[in-house]
Amino acid sequence: MSFDLGLILASLPDIARGLGMTVLIWAVCAALGLALGFLVAVARRSGGRVVNWLLFVPVEVIRGTPFLVQVFLLYYGGPFIGLSLEAVPAGVLALSIYAAAYYSELWRAGFAAIPKGHLEAADCVGMSPVQTMTRIILPEMTTLILPAMVNMTILMLKETAILSIISVPELTLTVSALGTQNYAFVESFTVLALLYWALVELCGAAGRAAEARLAKYRFA
Amino acid sequence: MTAPSVPAVAIKALVKDFGTARVLEGISFAAERGEVTCLIGPSGSGKSTVLRCTAFLEEATDGLIEIDGEPLGFGPGPGGRRVRLPAAQIRTVRKKIGMVFQQFNLWPHMTALGNVSEALTHVLRLPRREAEARAMAELERVGLAHRAAHYPSELSGGQQQRVAIARALALEPRILLFDEPTASLDPELTGEVLAVMRDLAETGITMLVVTHEIGFAASVAAKIVFLDHGRILVEGTPAQVFGKPRNPRIDRFLETYLDRGAATLL
Repeated sequence: MSFDLGLILASLPDIARGLGMTVLIWAVCAALGLALGFLVAVARRSGGRVVNWLLFVPVEVIRGTPFLVQVFLLYYGGPFIGLSLEAVPAGVLALSIYAAAYYSELWRAGFAAIPKGHLEAADCVGMSPVQTMTRIILPEMTTLILPAMVNMTILMLKETAILSIISVPELTLTVSALGTQNYAFVESFTVLALLYWALVELCGAAGRAAEARLAKYRFA
Repeated sequence: MTAPSVPAVAIKALVKDFGTARVLEGISFAAERGEVTCLIGPSGSGKSTVLRCTAFLEEATDGLIEIDGEPLGFGPGPGGRRVRLPAAQIRTVRKKIGMVFQQFNLWPHMTALGNVSEALTHVLRLPRREAEARAMAELERVGLAHRAAHYPSELSGGQQQRVAIARALALEPRILLFDEPTASLDPELTGEVLAVMRDLAETGITMLVVTHEIGFAASVAAKIVFLDHGRILVEGTPAQVFGKPRNPRIDRFLETYLDRGAATLL
């Protein structure tokens, strides 16, 4: 058996569509996950003990169960509670919530890393809580949590492959279908590996570039 | 509006509990306008707590604080009880106060100029050009205009503290609070910060300073308040506090601070 490059080349439009869907889902879920995770972290930080506990439980459940199981529960279990979603919205919702749980812990770690005195200094010059968040806390902690945020975003890319099991037409579903139809598993999974790896490297390079730009005010 | 006799800061029967521990046992004193008042005393005597209550970073358990005659945070209420004042009023009174911390607390992601101009642009909402000009003038005042573009991590501890002083000055407070401003610095850097503080004292700005620098307190302060175990042990001019006959507790205290300029007082 030889590597059938012709099959790959002939299927390039399909592969590109799958790749586009993967990148789209990845970007949307990362954005939603970051935003939702931020809200969760802020609520846990300043919402009191009850709110903290009410959010602690779902975050721990989501972080403590396989994403595969969560996707199945949402997609096949959702209709029982009146939540019937198409594959793509179901996948986006599941991955966003999954990411939010992890991102919220990173945001929280960032909040905890800001010395209390830096916030007192902001308070003493008359900054409001919102100004303190946008002018002091967020920019200051960016340097601290950026590497972990990039890492989590890379892990999320790889989790998008799981969405193939509920028939989201993303990269893994598209390319593995090619393999099954043409009995070309080596070709299809080699292409898959190379494409995911390329995306991960792109994301990592972007992260490193951002870190380098911010390095000048790293804590001494 | 306020009579000339109203002090810049009036502390009235201030009590502060941390959990079950009472760290301030009802302290009263005043810091007069245009003067330097130094709070000294052993570690744990409560002097930093007095200052943090005056900056409204801590809320006193009981007692009142007046800034330029205006109540800070709490005012007298019916039946001798305190009432919490509206947030807007608290903000207004706090604007009269500038704070300098032991740990400098510069924001590490901003340059020296950014640290000083930040509140000018985002709290006072001055145009950037005007804010930066004012911030530059304040950096000039502490001798650091040439370091304006540097980040805190690129500055020495003494320089960081001078930027922090410029940051507090930029908002033109009526009173500057210093919480052990040189306690994190080695002796050489301590000198440059104390020199800036001496210059400020000469310009007539009101300063309330918690410090272990006995020599500085003795030479610059108009009034010294000596705290011990949450109470005022002695209060008066440096001559009254350090002159003889002297409280034996102060004698013992001075002996532990020979290297901070206390030797000349013994």
